[in-house]
Amino acid sequence: MTPHPAPVAGPILGRLSLDAIPLHEPILIGTFIAVALGGLAVIGLLTRFRLWGYLWSEWFTTVDHKRIGIMYMILGLVMFLRGFADAIMMRLQQAMAFGGSEGYLNAHHYDQIFTAHGVIMIFFVAMPFITGLMNYIVPLQIGARDVSFPFLNNFSFWMTTAGAVLTMVSLFIGEYAQTGWLAYPPLSGIAYSPNVGVDYYIWSLQIAGVGTTLSGINLIVTILKLRAPGMGLMKMPVFTWTSLCANILIVASFPVLTAVLALLGLDRYAGTNFFTNDFGGSPMMYVNLIWIWGHPEVYILILPLFGVFSEVTSTFSGKRLFGYTSMVYATVCITILSYVVWLHHFFTMGSGASVNSFFGITTMVISIPTGAKLFNWLFTMYRGRIRFDLPMMWTIAFMLTFVVGGMTGVLLAVPPADFVLHNSLFLVAHFHNVIIGGVLFGLFAAINFWWPKAFGFKLDVFWGKISFWCWVVGFWLAFMPLYILGLMGVTRRMRVFDDGSLQIFFMIAAFGAVVIGAGILAMLVQFAVSIWKRDQLRDETGDPWNGRTLEWATTSPPPDYNFAFTPVIHDLDAWHDMKERGHQRPVTGFRDIHMPSSTGAGVILSGLALVMGFALVWHIWWLVGASFLAIIGGAIMHTFNYKRDFHIPAATVAAMEDARTEQLTLLQSRHLAGGA
Amino acid sequence: MAMSFLRSTARFRLLPVLTLLPLLSGCGMVVLDPAGDVARQQGNLIVISTLLMLTIIIPVMALTILFAWRYRAANKEATYRPDWDHSTQLELVIWAAPLLIIICLGALTWVATHLLDPYRPLARTAPGQAVAADVTPLEVNVVALDWKWLFIYPQQGIATVNELAVPVDRPIRFRISASSVMNSFYVPAMAGQIYAMPGMETKLHAVLNQPGNFTGFSSNYSGAGFSNMRFAVKSLPAGEFDQWVARAKASPEGMLDRQTYLQLERPSEKEPARLFAAVDPELFDAVVNLCVEPGKMCMHDMMSVDAAGGGGIAGIHNVQQVTYDKFAARGSTEIARWSMRQVGAFCATPMNTGIRPDGVPTDPAPLTGAGLSLPGSTPVLPRTALNDTGPYSARSYSTRPAATPVS
Amino acid sequence: MSTTHISPAAEGEPVRFYELEEHAHPEGHSTMLGFWIYLMSDCLIFAILFACYAVLGANYAAGPSPKDLFDLNLIAINTAMLLLSSLTYGFALIGLQQNRLRLVQIWLAVTGLFGAAFLGIELYEFSHLIHLEATPQRSAFLSAFFTLVGTHGLHVTFGIIWLVTLLVQLGRHGLIPANKRRVMCLSMFWHFLDVIWIGVFTFVYLMGALR
Repeated sequence: MTPHPAPVAGPILGRLSLDAIPLHEPILIGTFIAVALGGLAVIGLLTRFRLWGYLWSEWFTTVDHKRIGIMYMILGLVMFLRGFADAIMMRLQQAMAFGGSEGYLNAHHYDQIFTAHGVIMIFFVAMPFITGLMNYIVPLQIGARDVSFPFLNNFSFWMTTAGAVLTMVSLFIGEYAQTGWLAYPPLSGIAYSPNVGVDYYIWSLQIAGVGTTLSGINLIVTILKLRAPGMGLMKMPVFTWTSLCANILIVASFPVLTAVLALLGLDRYAGTNFFTNDFGGSPMMYVNLIWIWGHPEVYILILPLFGVFSEVTSTFSGKRLFGYTSMVYATVCITILSYVVWLHHFFTMGSGASVNSFFGITTMVISIPTGAKLFNWLFTMYRGRIRFDLPMMWTIAFMLTFVVGGMTGVLLAVPPADFVLHNSLFLVAHFHNVIIGGVLFGLFAAINFWWPKAFGFKLDVFWGKISFWCWVVGFWLAFMPLYILGLMGVTRRMRVFDDGSLQIFFMIAAFGAVVIGAGILAMLVQFAVSIWKRDQLRDETGDPWNGRTLEWATTSPPPDYNFAFTPVIHDLDAWHDMKERGHQRPVTGFRDIHMPSSTGAGVILSGLALVMGFALVWHIWWLVGASFLAIIGGAIMHTFNYKRDFHIPAATVAAMEDARTEQLTLLQSRHLAGGA
Repeated sequence: MAMSFLRSTARFRLLPVLTLLPLLSGCGMVVLDPAGDVARQQGNLIVISTLLMLTIIIPVMALTILFAWRYRAANKEATYRPDWDHSTQLELVIWAAPLLIIICLGALTWVATHLLDPYRPLARTAPGQAVAADVTPLEVNVVALDWKWLFIYPQQGIATVNELAVPVDRPIRFRISASSVMNSFYVPAMAGQIYAMPGMETKLHAVLNQPGNFTGFSSNYSGAGFSNMRFAVKSLPAGEFDQWVARAKASPEGMLDRQTYLQLERPSEKEPARLFAAVDPELFDAVVNLCVEPGKMCMHDMMSVDAAGGGGIAGIHNVQQVTYDKFAARGSTEIARWSMRQVGAFCATPMNTGIRPDGVPTDPAPLTGAGLSLPGSTPVLPRTALNDTGPYSARSYSTRPAATPVS
Repeated sequence: MSTTHISPAAEGEPVRFYELEEHAHPEGHSTMLGFWIYLMSDCLIFAILFACYAVLGANYAAGPSPKDLFDLNLIAINTAMLLLSSLTYGFALIGLQQNRLRLVQIWLAVTGLFGAAFLGIELYEFSHLIHLEATPQRSAFLSAFFTLVGTHGLHVTFGIIWLVTLLVQLGRHGLIPANKRRVMCLSMFWHFLDVIWIGVFTFVYLMGALR
């Protein structure tokens, strides 16, 4: 059943040969041509407008957390389109393949698609999105000028990108894993997956994992060390709190992934016996270890968005957040509890009733702090003045959607119920319910909320609302049928079906996916229209929503140095407090500001890591050695660079701040004139 | 019915649709309306847990909509308290309310998980119908192959591929394993699923209460042929089951011995149902111990050797090249050379079921919820050395003294 | 229902909302914390490897067991090398405190030599095992053993590369703050590896010999 038997490795190209190019798959060839043409067009335009130098010096090599944050978001968006294309292909296949029809995808292709969809959506969409968000917002919210380790930040971004690129390369050279997104052995072992798919999986995640872990360390240290004076831990904005917890989870769980993938890699490359059937290996060990990473990963994704919802609810209700302290404790509880629930992902392995019920009950316990959070948002709205701008709309949609996903999640935590629902489409519906309803809706709230901060103009409301309704309606259309199918005993990752009565549900689900597609399209249009009409949507105040936290205290977009003078914090909702008590923005006495310098080391080292990953996948050993030595050499050379910072002269700062003063005065006089 | 349900969902998108689930059991929701007592209890548990959770989910959703509407900015009538951010009583309530629900659900979980433990012999075949002491369960040994299912009936001495026939209302005891990768054995109409894993043995106790034809399948992705890894489940009245057995015994396929098994386990898809008239009685144990191949050391032998301190320096070289490539169609090549080895047997004797400690039947005394042990106390039902240890059993039994009879 | 959130400063003089006299953060002031967190994440990788060894360490696949393979005398010498290297690193830190560049360099070099000796002995052990054909492929126990000990050895290798780099940098720039910080970081790394080795020595070798 394997279309390409693995070729014998040669000394120069390893097992890479022309056969690796999937010429027999018209869909892939079409995609390749489209991507190639698109790529050429972009390269042409960049060359035509002489933008390469600008991109290199202002973006690729930047150590500015704001620009790195934006690049993360762009990476997430691009990969999101790829992940969504996979989703729609799966929906189409499952809607077609009935009554003897094989659909339009063969098993080799289809099995890669559902694997890639899962991997991409988690690692290269959700992770870059939340990392980008935290990168952009956290330093601003704590009144810092940058993160603690600006170079590492750049390097982390490029490592994540290198992982994403390696995943994309698998589309056109070779194949991707056909194992499901967690690549359980023995199926992912060399005996049953001898081709390059699983190797692409391993190395893309290893490379991206380095980036994620380093960025986690970076943000923890940033939050612990760089808070503005007066901002005690219990005066941190909730988003910063949830980011801190998410990053602690990253640092305390991604090494597990690194280790377990390294062991799987050793099994595949060196013939060790960690997860093999024979010679004393234990595949169940892998399943346990990967979920010890995998469950915290879920909370890594959702926690920062809980923070976003807190900020948005409080801002748009014009009210202090209800129960800040219990919100913080709830977050910490979730962080800790997320480590003692992993076994609920495989109750059906037969661990025995006591073990299963222990993990079932710990899982349910997580819903207590989560429930408390939900109530806190509710009571923040209570006796508020709620403005239904787009971020708030997404938040309400989240609250109504997420509770359903939470409920089905608790249901799946009851082991006997899980025995009948495990691996079913009910499960698929559940985790899309929490990931779309929680993570994505949260991201969309965040994008609409902070876009004006990042770019100085608001997002278009009309297209935003179209996107909103398409997404919400499309989501329910796409996933309600899956809940029902799950209760009809339909399992996931199926390519063809016997029972014709199921088809209508798959067709509704496919239609729902199309509606979601319209929502994505509307969102892209929203971005384009907003950029087009940016002058009408301009926000000069820097505080378009009557915000409450420090990021709204500075210009939109913020200057390189974020704050000319570091703010001093006296209360939660520091900016709200400053506005309430009539703070005076200092207009003189500017000083030189110490800033980190840009460096190309991150791009170069990550590029070498990408080459090494590719060489490892294809067993091109000389290239593995060469790129490995180059990485070590490059890293050493980088340490010989002692001059990593510069000062923005006081005069420059003064000029920028004077312009800001002028802008604010003008706004104020306009405001007064308007008031009169 | 389903369509009108969906239309109503579209209209009341935000209503918790799961309240309607009990109503829907009529339209093919096999999970909520199964034909077996175990699955029925599992389905009921889904409904009960859902209703329990809805007692908090519905108020939250209603409050969300209510607050969003009442405190909209345009409504200047509503109270506005921008600095109100704390209330100890309210905080107590918002932590206590989910806590109470979880306490109820947790208690339910603990009891249900123990009662419906797939390793636990059935106490009843239907509500109010306790299993009599003299009823021996039907034994079925299940092997997930690439990509088909093998069922061995040790009591009848027959075997089938992709067809599982069982007598109505008789408890069934499945012993489940796999030949190469992980699968999950699932007959939604009968009982919840359990993984089928190579080199390991899982168990499932179940019963079918209605005659009829049902479907079973693998519920865990296992490679290219996974989608077609379905098998027919025939629930037959006792007489018809005997006829079916007789038909199997007369099958021209003959004996399922090791050689036939090694042919059978090679990857293939959409295998038609086949009946074997006879079966090597040691075959299933050899499968679980990964030693069907001639000359390969069985896992339980390996475990005993390891427990005794390993095979020593001399044992290093007791590795043979696999002469018979069982995974040929899955693409084993030079790259997978490490998987083409096996440890040689010292003496190839798979342990017979009769000698194995878990060959002793468990006490089928009827069980009720009242008899459940408290967490941490010794179980009321003494388990045998093996049937309690979950999938690890195949790996661990030889480390225990053989044939520890436990009643 | 607290509604007042006025900090004490608000009573008298106007509240200060900006820090006008900025004390510059010294460069790299949070490096130690960051490096410490990195070490903890590395520690987690070792934790997984230890866990694998605990689970798989008795699966000999009818092959050799620790008793058949390990030479405790050799390992004792090896352990001594690593422990001595930690001690000499301590001397280097004393030199750092006294700001005596030459002393730091000498002790670092000695540390590196002990580290290299450790690696040499470890490689000798590995080659001996491989010569016996007790390779990582032979059993899950050997896979877990080679991976755990090998990962530690790989860390020591990188530590030595770092140490050599640092010696060059010290030679060029002397005890400037950046270099001092690096010496401190490497010291944390080196001692961390020592602690891990204590775990390996006890858990793998000593308990293996007892088993």
